[in-house]
Amino acid sequence: MNKYTLKLYVTGQTTRSQSAVANLRRTCEAALPGQYDLTIVDVLENPQLAEDNKILATPTLVRESPHPTRRIIGDLSDENKVLFGLGLRQNEEVALL
Amino acid sequence: MSEQFVEKLKTGIEGFDLIAEGGLAKGRTTLVSGTAGSGKTVFAAQFLAEGIRKFGEPGVFVTFEETPEDIRRNVSSLGWDVAAWEAAGQWAFVDASPQLGEDTVFSGSYDLGALLARIEHAVNKVSAQRVAMDSLGAVFSRFGDTAIVRHELFRVASALRKMGVTSVMTAERNREYGDVARYGVEEFVADNVIILRNVLDSEKRRRTVEVLKFRGTSHQKGEFPFTILTERGIVVIPLSAIELKQRSSNVRITSGNPALDQMCGGGFFRDSILLVSGATGTGKTLMVTEFVAGGVRNDERCLLFAFEESREQLFRNAVGWGVDFERFEEEGRLKVVCEYPEVTSLEDRLISMKAAIHAFKPNRVAVDSLSALERVSTIRGFREFVISLTSFIKHQEIAGLFTNTTPTLLGGESVTEAHISTLTDSIILLRYVEMYGEMRRGLTVLKMRGSQHDKDIREFSIDSDGMHIGKPFRNVGGILAGNPVRVDPGEIERLSGLFQGPDRI
Repeated sequence: MNKYTLKLYVTGQTTRSQSAVANLRRTCEAALPGQYDLTIVDVLENPQLAEDNKILATPTLVRESPHPTRRIIGDLSDENKVLFGLGLRQNEEVALL
Repeated sequence: MSEQFVEKLKTGIEGFDLIAEGGLAKGRTTLVSGTAGSGKTVFAAQFLAEGIRKFGEPGVFVTFEETPEDIRRNVSSLGWDVAAWEAAGQWAFVDASPQLGEDTVFSGSYDLGALLARIEHAVNKVSAQRVAMDSLGAVFSRFGDTAIVRHELFRVASALRKMGVTSVMTAERNREYGDVARYGVEEFVADNVIILRNVLDSEKRRRTVEVLKFRGTSHQKGEFPFTILTERGIVVIPLSAIELKQRSSNVRITSGNPALDQMCGGGFFRDSILLVSGATGTGKTLMVTEFVAGGVRNDERCLLFAFEESREQLFRNAVGWGVDFERFEEEGRLKVVCEYPEVTSLEDRLISMKAAIHAFKPNRVAVDSLSALERVSTIRGFREFVISLTSFIKHQEIAGLFTNTTPTLLGGESVTEAHISTLTDSIILLRYVEMYGEMRRGLTVLKMRGSQHDKDIREFSIDSDGMHIGKPFRNVGGILAGNPVRVDPGEIERLSGLFQGPDRI
């Protein structure tokens, strides 16, 4: 089992959903090659999953493991913030840019 | 303006549908705005609870602030078992409360598509007809971008409308009298706005509800007091919404004192409100006692609310005048409710008095004294109470006798008098009259709607048989004004001569 379990919640096949998926794949392939499992959840098809995990905004990326759980909201276009959100970059200065 | 007909949905919240003239706009969203502690969450939860209890309409509660567990627990004090409704598939939560201990980072653009999907899912799951969202401010503070949130909430409101669901959204206000709500939420649910207030007025908290606007349909204007009771939740007191449609009857009932009946032209009318006003010790409680005794003698049921004296005092006084309250109560003809006015707020008092009248179904109601209630309320609150109580009693078509204690010993007028005098059908004044260094008592019927009455100011005495009304004061003037002046009998002769017909001359 991989170290990183990621779930990406999106709403349908919108441009924003597609770019979030593409942005996340690119970031992970660069930073975590072979170390992550990614599940994509369409909340329109699986509203109960969104309910169970208290998802409000889409896209939302949830890092389920390692603990603690962290959330990144948005189309994940800002790579620095995604890395910070995933705990792969400790420097908040960069994240705040 | 479009002549579009707006159908209304009864909320089931007591009194609210009266001021909303039928309820909320069906299939639309209504904004309920108020400061912290104004009762927004109760309103939202009760909107769903009454839907389930009274109309069998399931509901969805979207909570942005408190957890579902908090809400279940908080409303259980109102007697609502939300968990049971959830189990029965009548109530569903969408839990959008903040998840503690989870870091959230923002990266790029987003929407609240998941929230919308969850609401739609919940609505479909329980076939909801009502949705309550509490409260919008919490969403704004969680997501930094207010423009996005506003746009997304607008999307939610339109989606709910498409689903034909009637919804209530609550929002915060900073001040009782200011902007409708924070974050400009009224911009996307501008059609229907209700404002809840919790105003501090003369050291008393006063809750009011106002329908600010209902697009395309009517409603009562202005603020209406409401209260939140255990077991019942919000109860709105619809003052001016009460119609003056009571019938009047020509049936006379006894005041309990034959001489007073005669002065009133044959007794009080059966469905009239009487005010007995006088300084302390002039005999008001005695009149109440005779009013009750007269009713019981005619096989009527009497309800007495006493706010000035204890039960023991009241019963002992009655015995002193030859009336046995204890026996009346044992026979079930009389119920005496004795309480300190300070025990509860006037809004709650009104509701408990109405409940007592409903339960006992009396033919006569006496309140001794109305003015004692004045001190637990603001002037405005008191006026509303009096209006509401008198119209309620008139609606029941029973006789009501209220007493009022005037602040000064001789003459004088009180707030009670000023507020109630136009609402009452009859006014009886009791006054002290000082004559030759001696205090005597005088009584006059000031007003008797729809009937002839004695215009004299008569002297009366009190003994162990009660009140004895005697002759008019003939040679004293200025009694009502509080400064009795002896008038020369010759002057009285001369004055009455002025108004005699020509045959005397």
